[in-house]
Amino acid sequence: MSESLKIAVKNLNVFYGKKQALFDINLNIFENEVTSLIGPSGCGKSTLIKCFNRMNDLIDICKYNGEVLIDGKNINDPSTDPVSLRTRVGMVFQKPNPFPKSVYENIAYGPKLHGMYKNKNDLDELVVSSLQKAGLFNEVKDRLFEPGTGLSGGQQQRLCIARALAVNPEIILMDEPCSALDPIATAKIEELIEDLKQKYTIVIVTHSMQQAARVSNRTAYMHMGELVETGLTKNIFSNPEHAKTQDYITGRIG
Amino acid sequence: MTYEFLLLTIFGLATYSFFLSRKKAMALNVMDPLAVHSQPHYHGLYSAMLTITPAIILLLIWSWFENSIFKDNLEKYFSDVTDPYQLEFYVSGVKSFVAGASNTIMDHSNFSAAAEYYETSTKMSLVLKSIVAVILTLIALRHSLKLVSAKFKARDLVEDIVVKTMRYASIFAIFITLGIVLSLLFETLRFFESVAVTEFLFGTHWSPQMSIREDQVGSSGSFGAVPVFTGTLLISVIAMLVAGPIGLFSAIYLSQYASSKVRSIAKPIIEVLAGIPTVVYGFFAVITVGPFFRELGIFFEIDGFSSESALIAGSVLGIMIIPFVASLTDDSLSAVPRSLKEGSLAMGATLSETTTRVIIPASFHGIVGSFLLAFSRAIGETMIVVMAAGFAANLTANPFNAVTTVTVQIVGLLTGDQEFDSPKTLSAFALAFVLFFLTLILNIISLSIVKKFREQYE
Amino acid sequence: MNNILKRNKREKRFQFYGLFAVGLAIFLLLILLFKIFSTGFSAFNQTYLGVKIQIEKNVNLSELDARSVLRENIRNMFPEVVSRSDKKNLYSLFSPGAYIEFEEMLNSNNEETIDGYYYFLASDDLDMYFKGTVARQGNSAGKIKPNQMKFVDDFERMNLIKLQYNKYLLGSADSRNPEMAGILGAIYGSLFAILIAFATSFPLGILTAIYLEKLAKRNAFSDLIETNINNLAAVPSIVFGLLGLAIFLNFFELPRSASLVGGLTLGLMTLPTIVIASRSAIKSVPPSIEEASIGLGSSKIQTIFNFTLPLAMPGILTGTIIGIARAIGETAPLLMIGMVAFIVDIPQGPLDASTALPVQIFLWQDSPERAFVERTSAAIIVLLIFLFLLNITAVYLRKKLEKKW
Repeated sequence: MSESLKIAVKNLNVFYGKKQALFDINLNIFENEVTSLIGPSGCGKSTLIKCFNRMNDLIDICKYNGEVLIDGKNINDPSTDPVSLRTRVGMVFQKPNPFPKSVYENIAYGPKLHGMYKNKNDLDELVVSSLQKAGLFNEVKDRLFEPGTGLSGGQQQRLCIARALAVNPEIILMDEPCSALDPIATAKIEELIEDLKQKYTIVIVTHSMQQAARVSNRTAYMHMGELVETGLTKNIFSNPEHAKTQDYITGRIG
Repeated sequence: MTYEFLLLTIFGLATYSFFLSRKKAMALNVMDPLAVHSQPHYHGLYSAMLTITPAIILLLIWSWFENSIFKDNLEKYFSDVTDPYQLEFYVSGVKSFVAGASNTIMDHSNFSAAAEYYETSTKMSLVLKSIVAVILTLIALRHSLKLVSAKFKARDLVEDIVVKTMRYASIFAIFITLGIVLSLLFETLRFFESVAVTEFLFGTHWSPQMSIREDQVGSSGSFGAVPVFTGTLLISVIAMLVAGPIGLFSAIYLSQYASSKVRSIAKPIIEVLAGIPTVVYGFFAVITVGPFFRELGIFFEIDGFSSESALIAGSVLGIMIIPFVASLTDDSLSAVPRSLKEGSLAMGATLSETTTRVIIPASFHGIVGSFLLAFSRAIGETMIVVMAAGFAANLTANPFNAVTTVTVQIVGLLTGDQEFDSPKTLSAFALAFVLFFLTLILNIISLSIVKKFREQYE
Repeated sequence: MNNILKRNKREKRFQFYGLFAVGLAIFLLLILLFKIFSTGFSAFNQTYLGVKIQIEKNVNLSELDARSVLRENIRNMFPEVVSRSDKKNLYSLFSPGAYIEFEEMLNSNNEETIDGYYYFLASDDLDMYFKGTVARQGNSAGKIKPNQMKFVDDFERMNLIKLQYNKYLLGSADSRNPEMAGILGAIYGSLFAILIAFATSFPLGILTAIYLEKLAKRNAFSDLIETNINNLAAVPSIVFGLLGLAIFLNFFELPRSASLVGGLTLGLMTLPTIVIASRSAIKSVPPSIEEASIGLGSSKIQTIFNFTLPLAMPGILTGTIIGIARAIGETAPLLMIGMVAFIVDIPQGPLDASTALPVQIFLWQDSPERAFVERTSAAIIVLLIFLFLLNITAVYLRKKLEKKW
């Protein structure tokens, strides 16, 4: 367990037009840990996680105030370039979204974009190592040049993880990465997360409390746009402080 | 009794039949509603349809026969006239005189006699027609009323008629295509009786003036259509060079970059370009674009810049096609799932990189299909080129020269004096057939390309 | 990273291209509209010349020869005009329509004395000069020669030349004289044609759409019909004109130039558009509503006419209006079936020879007289305004009838 603060959210309020989605969020994410965000549908988990890589910028009517600091620097500062931010903070989406290109090209996309390699051999190595880190290499090594969309659902998601890893991020955001997958594929991804946390900081939004309990070091419980409680996972699940948290965990709400 | 009155009577009887049958059915309903199969208004409808049908069929057949009989008999009055056009002229003159549409008594000895014959015969025929029609209608009315009973499945019959009508309506669409193909094909084949197919398709000299008199010199028409085809191609390519980039980049901006407010204002404005009639574009080409390019030509000292150049016609045609390209391309770009766009952006790609490396490749088929459709529209366009391009066929690739297109030739050959059988007018049909065939092929290819693209995301 | 700066610059450039393209397209549209409106605006007024007319009280007006009386009065204003050529020059400043106007004035006069200055239609050449379209160079302007210009200057000095509302433009049919030419005949022709086009294509189109979407079995034949309709929608309009020529004129021997033929041809052309629009409107009606209806014991046909069709109507109407709007502006098919003759009468019915508004625009554009340029623009303005109203109606209808389900 590290105590090094990677992401610090301070007094964050987020609005979609007139509707407020997040209310005064204060949250700390620590390096090389898995932090999970749990809570009922519509509580703002996805909105919060998208603040970390400024994907909310894509939505016209989204406004916010407050600070999101990564390594102590506010990422909403005008001097921060969202493009380079997103190489440091990678994202895996709920539904696997491989590009309609070959497996190789999917992985190579990011490095090519950011000029992260010197020659073809470098690039090949990069692709292979990303696939290995995602635990996918053995399954696709004979089909590197076939379309990524031809893989199974679980494989596609691991492809997306490999793709995110290829640009060498520090933080990986996962928005309900297993909700579209079957239990076996889910188990494989959870194993992967366990491996990955050694090198990366992971924030995972999940609908499944069991998954949160299995996979994360810390857990944050959100309810209707507010951060109700946050702490070590084992504490949250055995001994929550707030009544609302207790209700959610025991299944009374959500 | 006039024709209109007869039709009104029949229609009135049918309406009466509707109400009668409905009333009878309602009475049955009152007695035992569950036993009656169909609602009263279905009985009414069926009766009305049954009542009106015999009379209509009778009138149609009678008129058909009566027309040919009258025509033959009228022609007998003018048996001395040899020229078929002159004959037709007299015959229609009699008809319009009797109808009261003209007061001209034509210059022929038998004219008054013929007119008298026509007048009496049509009157008699009308009286006879009316009597038979009304009798038939009354019989049908009585019969249809008898049919009304509890067990009678009027609703099924009516619905069956409705479905059949709809089916025939749908098949009508096929008849339209058939009509186009046959009418074009027929005349085209007649054209190829006088002119060889190879000369038409591969000949490079197009000068379709035929001799008016046998002895006129320098009048043999040549029908080598290659310069006409190249002219069409040149102008359409120029149009695509204008519309392609502008349309594509507009679509990219509006679908990827613009806020929804900007998009909701700009998109309809660009669509307005599509709603402007092509004749207005042609006028615009003549009064504004033409002089503008002429000034440019003088400024850049370009020689031989014709005022009917392909460049002028092509540019205006291009402007007209912009919304076409823009809207079709926009549809293709928007059809790419948002998750792909987000996946690319989340990896730190800029929007332009995402567009060029992910979205456009993903929608490539759709974009190609759109361009093909736009090109097909360009080659089929008529008014802009009629007003802005030239009539003389010119085999050239120089955009500053005047060229002519297939559509210009078709218009030119078929308006004005026409003798309907000369190779000159028939050549217009041959050109139209090629045009139709070509646009059909382009269309089919483009639709199948777009379909293949759509299947990717299904 | 050096790379980032380059990429950002590329991004900015790319965005600029896109914005530029949109701006260019809008700019071109604005130029076109501006040019049309600025040229056509002046056509709504017409130059008139004032003539002092004195007619004694007890003269029987209906027995007067308008032409010679008017000329006499004109001469009276210029007593020095004696020679024949001078008189011709003077009279030529007036339009042939002036005499018709004078005749009408005499015929409608009710025992009032005629004594004063009355205004009559000027010739198109004078009209062009007075409006400033044709510039004066020395003592001539366009077709007006110095021998005529001296009279023009006299009229101007006497303050007897002015612009009045051009009643001919919207009130009369075509004419060889631009100053008397109007689009009323063309408007009627278009009106008849469009009504006929609508009457043929709308019912046929809806019935076809309903059949294909709801009733036909999905087999090779219905696929054939569907492909057929999709292809017909992309056939160039001129081909439809040829179809009309071959079938309606040659086979059925309908009168050439009649708006009936034009309407039928345009109807055939609009049919595929209506079918396609109606199909997508019908397709978007949620099946749940139809299931409910059938569950209550309605037949398929009853469900269609009681539920599906009314719910699909907004989409169907919008598509139809768009199709009709396109048909109104079509010229090429009408050229093919002969609605391109020079018609001076206003058509009384769809069987009379007539022309249509876009064809009139085409014919006027082709005319040599300078005065037709502004009138062509004015006719285009009328056409565009009408199309605009039509499209606004479509948008309004769609918004109003859209039910949320």
